[in-house]
Amino acid sequence: MTTLTLNSLQKTYANGTHAVRGIDLEIFDGELTVFVGPSGCGKSTLLRMIAGLEEITSGDLMLDGSRINDVEPAHRDVAMVFQNYALYPHMTVRRNMSYALQNRKVPKAEIDRRVVEAARILQLDELLERKPAQLSGGQRQRVAMGRAIVREPKLFLFDEPLSNLDAQLRAQMRVDIRKLQRQLRVTSIFVTHDQIEAMTVGDRLAVLNNGELEQIGTPMEVYSKPASEFVASFIGSPRINIVSGEVKAGTLHVDGFELPGFSQISDQPVKVGIRPEDFVLESTAKMSLQIDLVEELGSDELLYCVSPTGLDYRIRRPGGSGHKVGENITVSVISEKLHLFSSQSGKRLN
Amino acid sequence: MKVLWVRYQLLNHLLLILGVAFLALPLWMVFASSTHDPATIIRDGMQLGLSDQFFETYLGVLTEKKGFTEQVTASMMMINSMILGVGFAVGKIIVSMTAAYAIVYFRFPLGTLLFWIIFTTLLLPLEVRIIPSYKVVADLGMLNSYSGLIIPLIASATGTFYFRQFFRSVPDELLEAAKLDGAGAWKFFIDILLPLSRTMMAALFIIMFVVGWNQYLWPLLMTTDESYSTIVLGIKSVMQTIDGNRLPEYNRGFALAILALIPPVLIVILFQRWFIKGLLESDK
Repeated sequence: MTTLTLNSLQKTYANGTHAVRGIDLEIFDGELTVFVGPSGCGKSTLLRMIAGLEEITSGDLMLDGSRINDVEPAHRDVAMVFQNYALYPHMTVRRNMSYALQNRKVPKAEIDRRVVEAARILQLDELLERKPAQLSGGQRQRVAMGRAIVREPKLFLFDEPLSNLDAQLRAQMRVDIRKLQRQLRVTSIFVTHDQIEAMTVGDRLAVLNNGELEQIGTPMEVYSKPASEFVASFIGSPRINIVSGEVKAGTLHVDGFELPGFSQISDQPVKVGIRPEDFVLESTAKMSLQIDLVEELGSDELLYCVSPTGLDYRIRRPGGSGHKVGENITVSVISEKLHLFSSQSGKRLN
Repeated sequence: MKVLWVRYQLLNHLLLILGVAFLALPLWMVFASSTHDPATIIRDGMQLGLSDQFFETYLGVLTEKKGFTEQVTASMMMINSMILGVGFAVGKIIVSMTAAYAIVYFRFPLGTLLFWIIFTTLLLPLEVRIIPSYKVVADLGMLNSYSGLIIPLIASATGTFYFRQFFRSVPDELLEAAKLDGAGAWKFFIDILLPLSRTMMAALFIIMFVVGWNQYLWPLLMTTDESYSTIVLGIKSVMQTIDGNRLPEYNRGFALAILALIPPVLIVILFQRWFIKGLLESDK
């Protein structure tokens, strides 16, 4: 059983940069949590604080109920996979994997057993006597994971582990990591800036922005009920459409159209988020748009449209519909599928 | 076309051969002359052809006690030079590596300032500070000893600078991975940094061994006891021994020069291979 609790964790660097601004978070046993956010949002700093590589300015970091703020990295029982793998270049794969155990004075037979076991899981059996320079990127990645696995840690930390791989291998490794984590049931944290990676890998997503936690939830929760305008626009590809509007007496006024049914929201200016796939094409619909560009993606197609008032919309449709540039279409949206955010705070209203 | 190409190649080779001859001929003349007797050298000058005195001269130089006090053989001087050269190079590598390790990996007050102070000592070569250095070594009672020959010379600003630049190019993640793997400062140095620095160490060893081997002024001042004298000093003392009825033994001087050349050349050849191998295999 491993649970990690973050209590208003803060990090301020010596130069005054406030990288992490008070994060409360609980990570449950056996769960894979993804820290996702744009670069500079503090996700890597937060991970490094958990690993013990960055000092914690204030707040508590609790692993299984005991405070580990001041525990040495080596004694925290966490293993980390680095972005550039950080394999020891002069050691063979076998030594790379066993080095931590040797330092821990684990008996030799036990080290051998664990290394062979990890090599089997990661299909590294035949590479054990090679040096990192003789391995491909994907193989190095697996060795880095093997080095973490043999430690049998309470917590796995992945710091953008896939960003140095090509697209195809990345998709493959994504699946492999997911399977492996399920198989080993080790509580894990995975840092990425790639929202697709985040959605596919994570049990839960922690979306970070500007050193603060914007939202935590399962990928579907975050996608279908984004807690803020930032989350809505960060998660989801193609990007959500965000347009300015206003709620007056329970009716939403947006881009010249009116949609009733928002009586629970007080009168105020709002930002309206519409997912590209939430548009419905119908002849009696409310919005008239002109197609500006069509992107064929095979199974899908993306229509870039302009409204009479000059606003841009992205609409996603099943592929092969034969829409042409310059064509006029009429669309409508379902009120329940709209995301309304406060113009001032960016927080979700509906 | 073919004829032109052949001519072009011939011209290239001619140039190369000229270059080799230009560099090698003086060496050859020294070697050839060392196999003649002193009278021939004085009468006819430097010789191009070999003579029959090779074994006599070289065996004599290596085994007969010569010098001002008639106490030292060339083989003893070779050993002294070897001790100085190896001690000098190894000492410099150890001192500069540990200094650079402290400067790069530990944050301590005035660290950067200290580094630049070390660096500015490059502006003060041995010749400038020879008198205070001598005084210090003399007061410590280290004259006429190997430690007196070696220790005062082993602090190296150049070495520290090279190692500092190298350590800074080692990715931080390696240090962090080692931290997570439970390697402390000492283990990180021994297990990770030292093996990664092999190429640097080989390169520095080549340079520093040759510099140490060729030291002249410092051993000259530090050693009055000829049993500590180095081969480079020995060459001079052989040439100086003129006692009225004997000719200066130029053949022996030349023989000593050739002998003095061999170890540095061997070191360069041996370590260069290792050095190049290290360069080809290295990736951090």
